[in-house]
Amino acid sequence: MSRALTIGRVGPGVTLQDEGRAGYLGFGLSRGGAADRLALAEGATLLGQGRDLAVLEMAGMGGDFTAEDDMRIALTGAPMQVTLDGAALAWNASHAMPKGAVLSIGGARTGSYGYLHVGGGFDAPKRLGARGAHLAAGLGAPLEQGARLELGEDRGRGTGLTLDPGERFGGGTVRIVESFQTALFPQDEVARFTATEFRRGARGNRMGVPLEQEGAGFTLEGGRNVLSDVVVPGDIQMTGDGTPYVLLAECQTTGGYPRIGSVLPCDMPRLVQAGPGAPLRFAFVSLEEAVELERAAARHVETLDKRLSPLLRDPQRMADLLSYDLISGVSAGDTHKH
Amino acid sequence: MEQETAKPPIIRSVGVDGMLVSFADRLSEPANRAALALSAALERESWDGVEEVSSSLVSSFVRFDPLHLSHADLREKLAELVEGCDWRAAALPEGRRLWHIPTVFGTELAPQLGQAAEAAGMSEAEAVKSLSEARVRVQAIGFAPGQPYLGELPEPWDIPRQSSLTKRIPEGALAVAIRQMVLFSVSAPTGWQHVGQTAIRLFQPEADQPFLLRPGDEAQFTPVDAETLASMRSDPKGGAESEPIR
Repeated sequence: MSRALTIGRVGPGVTLQDEGRAGYLGFGLSRGGAADRLALAEGATLLGQGRDLAVLEMAGMGGDFTAEDDMRIALTGAPMQVTLDGAALAWNASHAMPKGAVLSIGGARTGSYGYLHVGGGFDAPKRLGARGAHLAAGLGAPLEQGARLELGEDRGRGTGLTLDPGERFGGGTVRIVESFQTALFPQDEVARFTATEFRRGARGNRMGVPLEQEGAGFTLEGGRNVLSDVVVPGDIQMTGDGTPYVLLAECQTTGGYPRIGSVLPCDMPRLVQAGPGAPLRFAFVSLEEAVELERAAARHVETLDKRLSPLLRDPQRMADLLSYDLISGVSAGDTHKH
Repeated sequence: MEQETAKPPIIRSVGVDGMLVSFADRLSEPANRAALALSAALERESWDGVEEVSSSLVSSFVRFDPLHLSHADLREKLAELVEGCDWRAAALPEGRRLWHIPTVFGTELAPQLGQAAEAAGMSEAEAVKSLSEARVRVQAIGFAPGQPYLGELPEPWDIPRQSSLTKRIPEGALAVAIRQMVLFSVSAPTGWQHVGQTAIRLFQPEADQPFLLRPGDEAQFTPVDAETLASMRSDPKGGAESEPIR
């Protein structure tokens, strides 16, 4: 029988995810995939394997996982409370998980989506070319207690590495470009939009998140008569009452709500990781700047392995690092930054 | 209308990695034809750096890799292709099919036939005749997987969407508004009026062909009674049959 991880108690938003399914936009199916693509890459780098392997995405809350065999794991994305057989474990790091060990992952300390990666990836059957759940399309479902997740063959080796995820879990300024409907909004409404500090609403899911603020909604004349047209992840649409809504990986493929701008793909990790109530601001950049920022982000991902550093194993030091981590929200890896 | 068809197509960026060619700012047959034809042509061209092409009601969308194909270069290539042909009069994509889809109109299965007929100024019988005789085109697929926008219906069907949403309309529901129909691939809340019910499953993730309809296909909704429809539920196509359009 193949190697596996079994699920004990589990939070409501734990799904298998990967890079999603490109190519079905014309058939009404958005790409989907992991909400935080950078976390996918970080986990793959920590385990020295491909970014196309399936991982567990945990929205806000993890669960208990039992190893049926020896395996390697990595934890990335929003840092969560975690223990392995009762001992604290560093986030943003790779670890050995021996057969029979129980990994207990609680709530997110900051941010929204945490990720559990395994050496060899999770080996679920592919549907329409991918393993990830697309909840809005009815492909796959949140994982439930008792599920047994089979693992792919682990060709890599080595654990005990850490990677600095940077500061992306507390909201902040997100860069956007004008999109084809930005000009529908009056200039002063666009100016008010970029001058407003929003809070990430609590109702968000993998389709999108609302942006809350105290002032009036954002409106445009004739907004209801906009012909339905293509929608892309990152688009910020104005719903009927003028509440901005940022569309995410599982968004619809077409829509009639006008869009004031679109978040840069390289800033989507910051946007999706902003926890409920986290402050968010939006700043326009030109298309040319956006392309250069994407180029830099792609380079960052390609050179993640150069940022790996060994995880300190001295238990006394470990306790220090963990408490530091709890207070500041900065990963243990930060102390090793050169 | 003449003035509108004379408007040149516009090319605009969508997000950081998308480009959109729009043929109109409102729906018309020539604009929809142009979008379908240009999208098919873009698929055939399969330019380096282009990752995906899709078609919406009046526009063609290209997703590309801006790190390998610049916005300026893609815009230039698109402009050249767009100007090289009268897309509003172009032939529709090849391989299109006409679908005959068994449908229960009205009854408790489709409770808004009465109010929709009234809005269109028809009796229920006239409404069923009009809706079942109309041969409509899949103008675009979108919003949900495999879900078509169908049109154009005769002029009396220029009825508004309801201001308050129907809480949940079932999969396979046929709904009308603004001279269009939507055939629902999922159960969803909607402002469209539920006039018919089919047993068709438009999105079958496990099938070799997961999406039943393609943009440019045509459809006609054949009236059947509830008992006949019930017997078709075991067929994933819900009794629908297709023939090639030549």
